[in-house]
Amino acid sequence: MTTDARKKLNGATSATHAATGNIQNALADAAAGVSLRQVTKKYGPVTAVESVTLDIPAGSYCCLLGPSGCGKTTVLRMIAGHEEISSGDVLIGDRRVNDIPAAQRNTSMMFQSYALFPHMTVWQNIEFGLEMKNIPEAERKSRVGEMLELVGLSHLANRKSSQLSGGQQQRIALARALVTRPQVLMLDEPLSALDENLRVQMRTELRRIQKQFGMTFVQVTHHTEEAFSLSDMVVVMSNGRLDQVATPSEMFRTPSSQFVAKFMGDNNIFQGKVRHCVPDPTSGLDLVELEVEGIGSFYSRGQAAPIGSTAACSVRPDLMQIAAVGNTSQPTHRANHITARIVSIEMTGYVTRIVLMEEKTGKDILCKVRTTDWEVESFSEGQVVSLRWSEGNCVFLPY
Amino acid sequence: MQGTLDQAPSQPIASKQRSSIDWRPYLLVAPQTITFLFALVLPILAIFTISFWNFNGFTSVPGFTLNNYLGIFSSPVYLKTYLNTFKFAFLVWLVCVLISYPVAYYLAFRIKNSKWQTIWFLICTVPFLTSNIIRMISWIPFLGREGLINKALMGLHLTNQPVEMFLFSDFSVVLAMVHLYALFMVAPIFNSMMRIDRALIAAAEDLGASAFEIQKRIILPLAAPGVAIGTIFVVTLVMGEFATMRLMSGGKASSVGYLIKNQIDSLQYPMAAANAVVLLAITLMIVFGILRIVDIRKQI
Repeated sequence: MTTDARKKLNGATSATHAATGNIQNALADAAAGVSLRQVTKKYGPVTAVESVTLDIPAGSYCCLLGPSGCGKTTVLRMIAGHEEISSGDVLIGDRRVNDIPAAQRNTSMMFQSYALFPHMTVWQNIEFGLEMKNIPEAERKSRVGEMLELVGLSHLANRKSSQLSGGQQQRIALARALVTRPQVLMLDEPLSALDENLRVQMRTELRRIQKQFGMTFVQVTHHTEEAFSLSDMVVVMSNGRLDQVATPSEMFRTPSSQFVAKFMGDNNIFQGKVRHCVPDPTSGLDLVELEVEGIGSFYSRGQAAPIGSTAACSVRPDLMQIAAVGNTSQPTHRANHITARIVSIEMTGYVTRIVLMEEKTGKDILCKVRTTDWEVESFSEGQVVSLRWSEGNCVFLPY
Repeated sequence: MQGTLDQAPSQPIASKQRSSIDWRPYLLVAPQTITFLFALVLPILAIFTISFWNFNGFTSVPGFTLNNYLGIFSSPVYLKTYLNTFKFAFLVWLVCVLISYPVAYYLAFRIKNSKWQTIWFLICTVPFLTSNIIRMISWIPFLGREGLINKALMGLHLTNQPVEMFLFSDFSVVLAMVHLYALFMVAPIFNSMMRIDRALIAAAEDLGASAFEIQKRIILPLAAPGVAIGTIFVVTLVMGEFATMRLMSGGKASSVGYLIKNQIDSLQYPMAAANAVVLLAITLMIVFGILRIVDIRKQI
């Protein structure tokens, strides 16, 4: 980004504070929670969303996370009213909105492609929603002006939307969605069309605006990092069902299923059979011993499962310790342990990724170490090392 | 800085080109240029030249006179014929827009399945499988005194005697021309509409726009270039019409095209040429007028 653009951005932020006072109350008052009650969506014989029950509190930032085709966009579109609900109820605040058309739901949607009207100016784009709601011209003028200030693009009011950069289009789309003072703002992959730097920057801005106005934001994304950094509440979906609903840090620490653990990215997952379960007084959970074929048995923490059932455990790549074989300087009670050969070492910046291969089964293992910590070690590619992690860092995944 | 960077390497290339011209690009455009030259530019130049020649009652005599043009602009008969041509161009255009816009809208927005979209569009082109003349003639047994429509109306006792206005009237001329040219309006409007991002419609709905508002504020402005292209097709085609005019009006209505044809038949080439030049000028003015209003480049 050029310094010029950065200056503009800073200008935008300071201008924002002036505009805030007027709209802040209006938007915060409007915020409403969203509840889904066994919502199902069927396309002919195909079930896209199956019996989803979810409560999104008013004023929270909720991200629906999942791979493409998991039904997250369908859920969003059903809340917004762009998709009919096959069965179940959608509530916005206390109001059942199943049969209320999109325009009357007091929600707003920001589209993936922004869907700015190409034949209208920035001003006309933002004003459109107010015109459709028959708001008098004087009020329209002041509200559009406020919104343009909020997103810091007052100077572009008379541009055609096709003459804007991606980041600018995104802000205008946001302004257009917020100007009608919706109770809930729906965002359909709002950052996917932006390049990496801009994405991080817009992420911060979205979060700032959401917090500032205490609004309810529901966003669809397939980007874990984006979901974690933005939301108060992450909802992971797969095959039309909810997998886990949790705060980002909860989900990062304790994914509830193999799917979530895998979707989170680089987690190392070992599949095996439950051999033994005992209550673990320190965590209130159970200590589960899992027999992994060909490697050995691992201790993990989680909800108990029947002995002999197939399950898995997951360990984050940053929680494995690499040590020279035979080095038992830090023996931990019930530590899990494997030996593996270093396949490759990739320095990616702050983090160095070490790809290893388990000696007996050939299973791929990934470790992530802070580059500064790694640099004092003297391991090299091809070397056989010992990997250990405690049962507390190993999450038991019953399914 | 950009400029100096660009210029530096271009210097040696320019001097190299001076010694031996690269003919390849010229060769590539040659076939097109030659075709245009012989099939378009030369004939129009010939017409333009002949329009200043004299006519002595039997044959054209090379020379330079403005009498042909003065004749056109001073004669009330010519004026009436021109006005009549404009009238038909306008009526046919209007009916074509009124019919084609909903048809294109239906094809583009209401039929969700792209296979059916193609099938329906192809069905629209079926009339083009027969020649213009046959399509026109086939209206005659349908519209005539003893035609199907009159038989049906009388059979239903809606009228006691055959309705004369169906055939050999302005009505039948407009009807036949709309039949001939409506597709030239449907296709470009359909094309424009297919380019409209469906998310725009959803966004407008989301912002509270009614179906009518969406049509007025979103679809119509974005389909306008298609309407403009269709207008150019239909207007230029109708302006040059003579066969339909002759056949469907029973010789009652006249158009500039028909007038030119008559003059050619009676060997009054200079007069015909002058009319052709005037007609061409008027049509071009209409086309340029449309192009000034609507930017159609985005559609091509």
